[in-house]
Amino acid sequence: MNIAATVDWRDQIFEVFQDHDIKQVYHVPDAGHSRLIEACQKSNAIRTVALTTEEEGIALAAGAWLGGQRSALLMQSSGVGNTINLMGLTKTLRFPFLTLITMRGDYGEFNSWQYPMGRATPAVLEAMGVMLYPVEEAREVKATVDAAARSAFNGGQAVAVLLRQKLIGIKDFGKKKA
Amino acid sequence: MSATLQRRPLVKQILKGADDNLLVIAGLGSSNWDITEAGDRPLNMPLWGGMGATVGMGLGLALAQPAKRVLVITGDADMFMSLGVLATVATQQPDNLAICVLDNEKFGETGNQASHTSPRNNGPTNSGAGADLAMIARGCGIADSASVHTSDEVAPLVRDLRTGKGPVFRLVKVMVEKLEFVMPPQDGAHLKDRFRQALLGSA
Repeated sequence: MNIAATVDWRDQIFEVFQDHDIKQVYHVPDAGHSRLIEACQKSNAIRTVALTTEEEGIALAAGAWLGGQRSALLMQSSGVGNTINLMGLTKTLRFPFLTLITMRGDYGEFNSWQYPMGRATPAVLEAMGVMLYPVEEAREVKATVDAAARSAFNGGQAVAVLLRQKLIGIKDFGKKKA
Repeated sequence: MSATLQRRPLVKQILKGADDNLLVIAGLGSSNWDITEAGDRPLNMPLWGGMGATVGMGLGLALAQPAKRVLVITGDADMFMSLGVLATVATQQPDNLAICVLDNEKFGETGNQASHTSPRNNGPTNSGAGADLAMIARGCGIADSASVHTSDEVAPLVRDLRTGKGPVFRLVKVMVEKLEFVMPPQDGAHLKDRFRQALLGSA
């Protein structure tokens, strides 16, 4: 068996965060990111900040960069819509911005309420000038997040990694129908 | 009780003697013009947009620069656009962050419509809610939250904003005034780069 395949991709994202000296990580409630959030919370090198809404993360990222620190915003596609006006700050201030988005309303989604924002997420982000790095194979996650971090912190871009639902797994609450 | 404090001399007093240890972020509109009249400087980050981002930006900066004092100056409507961030500030308890909300109870930049901090006394069409931001801040977990109304409270206000153990939240009731726009540079990338250059030595 390939050794790389036995390492969980969520742990690999945490390694990339360390490689790129990311100091602040922002999150909202998010099952897809929970393992990564816990790894960041346990780290002494990273300040993990729980937000009340995703748009706070854009403001914090701008402030962190003003103060010389790199950050990353973890969110779901449903939260992308909350960020759009403030996403413009990445262009106006021209600061590096990295977000990792777990996709909903995607591959096999069971919840119809997740589809509208999930389907619109790539178009909406591109409209705001955010560069997209979609990934749906576990073995490609580490290299993709690394490339995204390079585009952000070396290239000065606003970048979103889209962690597709095929990668995360179809959410299944296993509940009986009412 | 109608407000008697004037925002411009007040902000000038708050920022008096600002040195390299004081990092200032001001919300869009009046607060931006206020800090600029007090004296434009590289370690001011005056916002021209991004309503609702001001306190979050202050928090990200305060966490990145724990040895510097970070002061956020903004208006009541900007604060209301991101109330949740007060609880986010409280989760982090940055001891170097102070937030000063200048509350004129109006949407002053857009025609002085009643804001949510206006009293509920003008009927439903131009009435506020009498909302108390200092009480909200305290309820969000910022223990050192208070309101300021009178000139004899200004000296302790300045002291608390500049040196009090953070997070500090102060709501200051200010008069409705028509004031000249005193504008800093507008280019956001330039404002960001000059700030980083002054703080970090490189943009």
